[in-house]
Amino acid sequence: MIIKPLFSHGALPGYRLFFCVLAASALMFVDQRFTRMEAVRAQLSMVVAPVQWVVSLPSDLLSWGTVTLSDHQALLDENQRLREQMLTLSHRGQRIASLVSENAELRRLLNAAEYREVDFISTELISLDNDPFSHQMVIDRGHRNGVYVGQPLIDAFGLVGQVTAVSAYSSRVLLLGDASHALPVRINRNGLRYIVQGSGNYDALDVLHVPDTADVREGDLLTTSGLAGRFPAGYPVARVTSVVHDPGEPFAQVRAEPLARLQRSRYFLLLFPQPLPYAEIAIWDDSFALSYETLQSVLQINGLFPLSADPSTMELP
Amino acid sequence: MAKAPVVPLIMVWFTLLFALCLQVMPLAEGWQVYRPEWLGLLFIYWCMRAPDRVGVFHGFVLGLLLDLIEGVPLGQNALTLSVLAFLCALVYTRFRTYSLVQQALLVLVLLGLVQLLEQWVRTLSGDFSIHLAFLIPSFISAVLWPWLATMFLALERRLFS
Repeated sequence: MIIKPLFSHGALPGYRLFFCVLAASALMFVDQRFTRMEAVRAQLSMVVAPVQWVVSLPSDLLSWGTVTLSDHQALLDENQRLREQMLTLSHRGQRIASLVSENAELRRLLNAAEYREVDFISTELISLDNDPFSHQMVIDRGHRNGVYVGQPLIDAFGLVGQVTAVSAYSSRVLLLGDASHALPVRINRNGLRYIVQGSGNYDALDVLHVPDTADVREGDLLTTSGLAGRFPAGYPVARVTSVVHDPGEPFAQVRAEPLARLQRSRYFLLLFPQPLPYAEIAIWDDSFALSYETLQSVLQINGLFPLSADPSTMELP
Repeated sequence: MAKAPVVPLIMVWFTLLFALCLQVMPLAEGWQVYRPEWLGLLFIYWCMRAPDRVGVFHGFVLGLLLDLIEGVPLGQNALTLSVLAFLCALVYTRFRTYSLVQQALLVLVLLGLVQLLEQWVRTLSGDFSIHLAFLIPSFISAVLWPWLATMFLALERRLFS
């Protein structure tokens, strides 16, 4: 039997460490300073795609299991509820269509610039960031779907964040709540413009540089102002939750709560503020497509519950 | 004590990749701070068990994979894991003579040092405030160490001897 010397590699780890530290520092520097690394990163991300897939398996299994094992009545109830919601939404959609055309007509009368419809594609959450000190998530659309860095993302309730890195089939989104995220907003009530910055929490944002005399109240709706050219104007962002005037501070401390459900939403829309170069993009995934049965059931409910039965759910936002 | 068997490198990588999956497994918000350093733990284990085969370069490659998954600047975890491997190479002769409790203490020191380094690197790369919460994973990992080490040693004996 060969006796192995105890210190067989001597000073070797030291040299290796030196080399690795150099390489890692160089990588970090290049990654921070040069945008060309985005492409390299996108290619390399393909290597870890299997790991990401494996990691998302348990939650997928769990949601599949809940659907499969949940009892018949619960599913029926949910189905009923969703049908009613769809009915309300379709009704709202009809009214919005007429309002849009009316708005366009009024704008034409005033000779104002016309709003353009913003294109979008749907997307689904793959994984949330597991780093407790930053707020990011990964979604299932990449540059194959036309996603680009800086692209805004919304859910059903408001603005969610923006894309910070894109690989072939997935991209990484920085959420509103992250401390390194800021965006220009305007108050819907009076048009005052401010900057909103994340606070490192999912449920609070800071409105920066608000003078003590400014007309900002609790409950004010903040929408994107579109001034930075990155987010299209008019999307709801947050609602002001507290305004504190401290005489010792130069500015009032204004906190707001994001409208988007940053921790709960699973489906999102990626917006394209610039028109898409190709028109034949599939907006709705098959997971969103309405089947013939669904439409039938809506029509059926339509017969059962007349639209005017519940006016409280039909007011426009 | 029976001579511990030699584990094929592919098994080492399999377990490391498994630890990588655990490391990036989604957890509820608020629980993430309490996630043990799975990858660090298992990497220390292999560095101590097979110091002539698992070393600094393994740490570098694993760290790069973790960087890609986590979306942090490329090289951040590569740096910390190579430093971890280096520290292990410095202390592995002593480590083997320790009892499990002493080993756990040393694991706490190693992981704590590496976590501190990671926090420093983060402050370099952007706005970031150091919080003491970064030590919690090291504590939990150190507490897990005796069980993990015993389990893996038993598995190795059963599968590869």
